[in-house]
Amino acid sequence: MTGPVLEGRDIKRDYHVPGGLFGKARTVHAVKGVSFKVDKGKTLAIVGESGCGKSTLARIITLIDAATAGELLIDGNKVDIARDGLTPELRRKVQIVFQNPYGSLNPRQKIGDVLGEPLLINTAIPAAERRDLAMQMLKKVGLEEKHYNRYPHMFSGGQRQRIAIARALMLRPSLLVLDEPVSALDLSVQAQVLNLLADLQDEFELTYVFISHDLSVVRYIADEVMVMYFGEAVEYGPRDTVFGNPQHAYTKTLLAATPRADVESIRARIARKRAA
Amino acid sequence: MADESAADATAAEVPTGTPPHALAEFWYYFSVNKGAVAGLVVFSLLVLVAIFAPFLAPHSPYEQFRDALLTPPVWQEGGRPEFILGTDPVGRDMLSRLIFGARYSLFIGLVVVVFALVSGIILGVLAGYFRGWVDTAIMRVMDVILAFPSLLLALVLVAILGPGLFNAMLAIALVLQPHFARLTRAAVMSEKNREYVVSAKVAGAGHLRLMMITILPNCVAPLIVQATLSFSNAILEAAALGFLGMGAQPPTPEWGTMLASAREFILRAPWVVTFPGLAILITVLSINLIGDGLRDALDPKLKRS
Repeated sequence: MTGPVLEGRDIKRDYHVPGGLFGKARTVHAVKGVSFKVDKGKTLAIVGESGCGKSTLARIITLIDAATAGELLIDGNKVDIARDGLTPELRRKVQIVFQNPYGSLNPRQKIGDVLGEPLLINTAIPAAERRDLAMQMLKKVGLEEKHYNRYPHMFSGGQRQRIAIARALMLRPSLLVLDEPVSALDLSVQAQVLNLLADLQDEFELTYVFISHDLSVVRYIADEVMVMYFGEAVEYGPRDTVFGNPQHAYTKTLLAATPRADVESIRARIARKRAA
Repeated sequence: MADESAADATAAEVPTGTPPHALAEFWYYFSVNKGAVAGLVVFSLLVLVAIFAPFLAPHSPYEQFRDALLTPPVWQEGGRPEFILGTDPVGRDMLSRLIFGARYSLFIGLVVVVFALVSGIILGVLAGYFRGWVDTAIMRVMDVILAFPSLLLALVLVAILGPGLFNAMLAIALVLQPHFARLTRAAVMSEKNREYVVSAKVAGAGHLRLMMITILPNCVAPLIVQATLSFSNAILEAAALGFLGMGAQPPTPEWGTMLASAREFILRAPWVVTFPGLAILITVLSINLIGDGLRDALDPKLKRS
């Protein structure tokens, strides 16, 4: 079956800011009715500036927070964690990789335990087998077996992000939410992690929701792109359409704001500077 | 890929495979503080003395030598070589009583700290993790306990429970426990919103696992320091309660009780009061020095890298 793995219908999220001594209580609409659909094995990229609601959306999709209104469907089944709570089966379907690889690993936990923890909590797999599975996953993400007994502070940022990806994949999820997974890494490591993500997507038939503000990264990895602006999806469509023929004014601004490093544009900039 | 793995190889080879270098690093920072090392030496000696008290003490701490009441120490006129630090008003050997007293003091410190630590951590973790009304309820009770002068509160508690060493320890533990609760709560609150906790939650960890296995190990550094400092506090307060007649009861060779039973001889036989006081001073001082050293070694903000 090739139905959508993830579907959101008119998802809204409001935050209530309680009134203080002088201010009145108000409601912040972080996400204002966003709809999307991702097919199996595809990548949806969500782009937008800071504070536009993309991380809030990520938390809703990852089932960390509940949506205020709207429907979220995973594998065609309606999910409402506010009402039904969270079952281990659901837990195994969606996992997340966070932006900051320095904060997302417990400093007192060995890598082996980091990888084994999801299995320990959600399955009845015995310890020896968990260890084997963790070892396999370490190799899949490009690390070695000798890293199993080390602590997170012994790794570089890129390696930590690999560990975070490995942890997310331990439960064999069908959907992986990547919350700016490469924006804390330097450029050469970014490329390696992106390639790893692309390889893993093929291998495990993963569906990605890729959140980013880096358009060059999005252009590389996305099948579909959603542009968010102040909690609304202002543009949503296949990658080439969005990049080739942007409709909304904000998308045009966003694309124009990408820094250019080719010789022509540098010459033009210097010429402008001289003229001024 | 190639140059990253090369860089990794060099980076990974420095701390070799096993991670006991955390302990070596700890010792490096601890040993910078000479006072702390001195404190550790004195404290270790005290522990040894307490353990081997029956072999080290020249006499029984309870045996009364009727022919040697209030004998001065050997270096004073009238001192006798078999009573190195002299005897008390009923003829018991001071040195033996001090040596056995070390047992009581360390035991009191240990029990009180364990009581206070366990209850404080549980309450603090609950308050910091759940926030809301749980937090309010727990922390307001802690504030009430903190609002009382600690010795006075301990005194009232012992008066209610009845005098005795065990009740005194219980009272002191209750008085010290809010400090642990507050510290734990603050640490848990700052750790709770870190991404690794959210990751563990996404991995399916329940409340208990998040509190005790994910968050708590990252909060221990300030607790260790507070535990050491409370250790000396507990000894002091137990001595104070003993001095006021509410702690260990005579003839127990507890240092505070010894002080109390000898205070009428302070002018006639100063050694009876001086030596237990000195013993308390040295113990408390050495433990406080260790506590300072631990703080230097465990607090990442004070680390010079």
